[in-house]
Amino acid sequence: MLDLTRRSFLASLGAGLTLAVAARAGAVTLYPTGADQMPGGTVSDPLILISLAEDGTTTIVATRPDMGTGIRTSLPLLVAEEMEADWTRVRLLQAPGDEARYGSQNVDGSRSIKHFIQPMRVAGAAMRRMLEQAAANRWGVAVTQARAEAHRVLRLDATGAPTGEALEFGALAVDAAALAVPATETLTLKTPDQFRYVSKDRLPVWDHPDIVQGRASYGADIRLPGMVFAVVARPPVVGGRVASFDDAAARAVPGFVATHRLPDAGTPLFMGPLGGVAVVARSTWAAMQARDALSVTWDNGPNASYHTPAYEAALIDTVSRPGQPVRRAGDAEAALSGAARAVEATYATAHVSHSTMEPPAAVARVTAEGAEIWAPVQSPQGARDSIAQALGLDPAQVRVNATLLGGGFGRKSKPDFAVEAALVSQAIGAPVLLQWTREDDIRHDFYHGTSAQRLTAALDDAGQVTAWRHRVAAPTILSLFQPGAAALAGFEQGQGLVDTPFAIPNLSIEVGEAPAHVRIGWYRAVSNLYHAFAVQSFAAELAEAAGRDPVDMLRDLIGPARIIDPAEFGLEATTSGYGEPSGTFPIDTGRMRAVLDRVAALADWGRDLPPGEGLGVALHGSFSSIVGTVAHVRVIDGQLTIPAIFSVIDCGFCVNPDRVRAQLEGASVMGVSLALHERISFAGGVPEQSNFYDAPIARMADRAQVVTVEIMPHGPEVPAGGVGEPPLPPIAPALANAIAHATGKRPRSLPFPPLV
Amino acid sequence: MTTFSVNGQARTFDGDPSTPLLWVLRDGFGLTGTKFGCGAAQCGACTVHVDGVAVRACQTPVETLEGATVTTIEGLSPDGSHPLQRAWVELAVAQCGFCQAGQIMQAASLLAENPNPSDDDIVAAMDGNLCRCGTYHRIHAAIRRAAEEV
Repeated sequence: MLDLTRRSFLASLGAGLTLAVAARAGAVTLYPTGADQMPGGTVSDPLILISLAEDGTTTIVATRPDMGTGIRTSLPLLVAEEMEADWTRVRLLQAPGDEARYGSQNVDGSRSIKHFIQPMRVAGAAMRRMLEQAAANRWGVAVTQARAEAHRVLRLDATGAPTGEALEFGALAVDAAALAVPATETLTLKTPDQFRYVSKDRLPVWDHPDIVQGRASYGADIRLPGMVFAVVARPPVVGGRVASFDDAAARAVPGFVATHRLPDAGTPLFMGPLGGVAVVARSTWAAMQARDALSVTWDNGPNASYHTPAYEAALIDTVSRPGQPVRRAGDAEAALSGAARAVEATYATAHVSHSTMEPPAAVARVTAEGAEIWAPVQSPQGARDSIAQALGLDPAQVRVNATLLGGGFGRKSKPDFAVEAALVSQAIGAPVLLQWTREDDIRHDFYHGTSAQRLTAALDDAGQVTAWRHRVAAPTILSLFQPGAAALAGFEQGQGLVDTPFAIPNLSIEVGEAPAHVRIGWYRAVSNLYHAFAVQSFAAELAEAAGRDPVDMLRDLIGPARIIDPAEFGLEATTSGYGEPSGTFPIDTGRMRAVLDRVAALADWGRDLPPGEGLGVALHGSFSSIVGTVAHVRVIDGQLTIPAIFSVIDCGFCVNPDRVRAQLEGASVMGVSLALHERISFAGGVPEQSNFYDAPIARMADRAQVVTVEIMPHGPEVPAGGVGEPPLPPIAPALANAIAHATGKRPRSLPFPPLV
Repeated sequence: MTTFSVNGQARTFDGDPSTPLLWVLRDGFGLTGTKFGCGAAQCGACTVHVDGVAVRACQTPVETLEGATVTTIEGLSPDGSHPLQRAWVELAVAQCGFCQAGQIMQAASLLAENPNPSDDDIVAAMDGNLCRCGTYHRIHAAIRRAAEEV
């Protein structure tokens, strides 16, 4: 199986640097992560990541773009922490796309802290040592008699007591930068009792003052001299092309500058533009008016056959038959046919659009010498490579500046919109701001895949599950890269399907065919969403069928506390752990049970509720973290309200608790949105929705009235897991389970059908 | 030609009079704090004040603004000291931040009209402002905090 986690699409950018794993006693011990296999690897060189001015101002490079997690704060904070820098004297510098210099910058897979907590700490600790050495040299003492503390180095006497003498960091800047960077294994990392910032609450978020004053800069906020504005008329059906176009009426729009036909989409589609006709004008408004006046005849191609009701029916049919087995244990068929009781349920989930509040937009300035792009991209190096290829330039001639991202959720992993901007700038010879409208965004997304799943289980007389069969059919992201790929790929199967930790003796997991007719892309938590919805709903259905408490049932399914190496299932890390080594990030059912028990306690699980109210539970591990959710719902006359959602995360060591809580809170809203609203359907290959009036997302009134979140406490010896994605998968199944508890009627699709 | 004031400064616009205020602000005047989210008054990202009242700039033709007073996020306070801006920072409301200028302008209009809103008043006033990151709980809490302070 090809390794098709998102990282591998960046292709060979050079080996990158990997951290040495020191095994020496007393030395810094680093654990391996999936970063070692990323094209850009990691970089922990303090001379690349930190610059110190003589006035003491410390500039730390924010190597990775920020799409709302606060990572621009949290990673530099780790550097400042280990360096003993005073955060109020730190400035940030956002790195352009340059993975050879900065390590992987690809913000996806909930990897930023997971992969960079160690390199950032090492960089800070190395700089601290260099400052201490510079001071020691100045004083003519051993480095053991110099200790960095709060932006200065204190001189110690032979007993280790401060002498009162000190040097400011700024005064040591030149000397320290001239020293050799100490080897990682000679460094000492701080212990938690020494932390000033890391793991502390209410750390200021770097960009917030700018955000509340309208000064923060996103993709469409760059202004260049002579800049013109562009929108694109794209083929309404994926794989379609322009048959002909007439821009006579467009030319009559005041402010019109030019039209430019973009190259047709290639095969495979990859993550590139769809083709179409760009319309350039003196303002965004004029460009949109001129596009409205454009007359285009499209050749739609074969995907015009895509029709959602027929496709959904076909997926249901597919999962009613055996699929290709991808994991087996015991003999599920025999156990099912001989069972005292069998339970079966079918689940369906819709296509979803990302609908980032910032629609895609990018600014490009392409000249004979090269190209400079400003864009809200999750992978600035990936964008750089794609743009270089599209323009026929060497990547060295292309600079990609990552702006803030007005939401990403996987949409902005794909640089198609930045490539469009570059192509238009190159064609017309002027700087261009290329803006997607909301209609463009919803009609031309890389959609979350629709799915159908059938689960069948056998219960014995004691209410224990003795067999479990899970069939899934959903179009694969792989289809972007391999035309015709029509079954979930390993990296998608590994998201809550084949990596199930459930302790069931007879298991059959099967994947069916589902050809893609639109662009399928990564959407926050990806395949975990539909897998967790089905698995966690079904666990509650089994509890109901057996007359058991759903938390108890889930605890039994998870089984006793144990460490599972996915290799036991015959799975590779790329399949089961999204590329993370199982030694560092095993499946730990003890931690799963602890999260389950904690969220149940937090929600006062089992309490008496008035009629029409219910509690539902769901637990799901993804991206090396575990999240448990309990939803409390009230359904009166078919009207749903959500008095409360409780979520608990075990993400290993937590660097920035407030930003982790923010992710859990936000995921509770997005989960409600998926449960209640989000569905993109197609007729003739064309999306039937185009803006928030027909593709609604959760509004304030939809939110759970109270959201209570908690983080399981761990020290830095427990590897930090992902946070951006893991809180989302359990929300919708917890809500479905709560509704079933409240009403006796169970929603088995996303979005939920009407409750009356 | 339309003459109006933006953040206390006299401005004129002599382009297409049907141009929405949003694009006049962004592309004409370089005031990029006001965001484009939907172009259909569905998301509130473009919320500004016209004569002190929250409006969707994407649905406000500039020709309707003769003599009007427009305030954008850049003009809400000289230095980010509006009680809502301070509450937003103190409660770390924003995630991606893209919708927050519109959220704050909507909330400022609410508090100007109703300095002591109930929880339901807040939801009613803010329900037209979308946030995809899902910061609604903190938005609600920040408005409550600012209201208590005003």
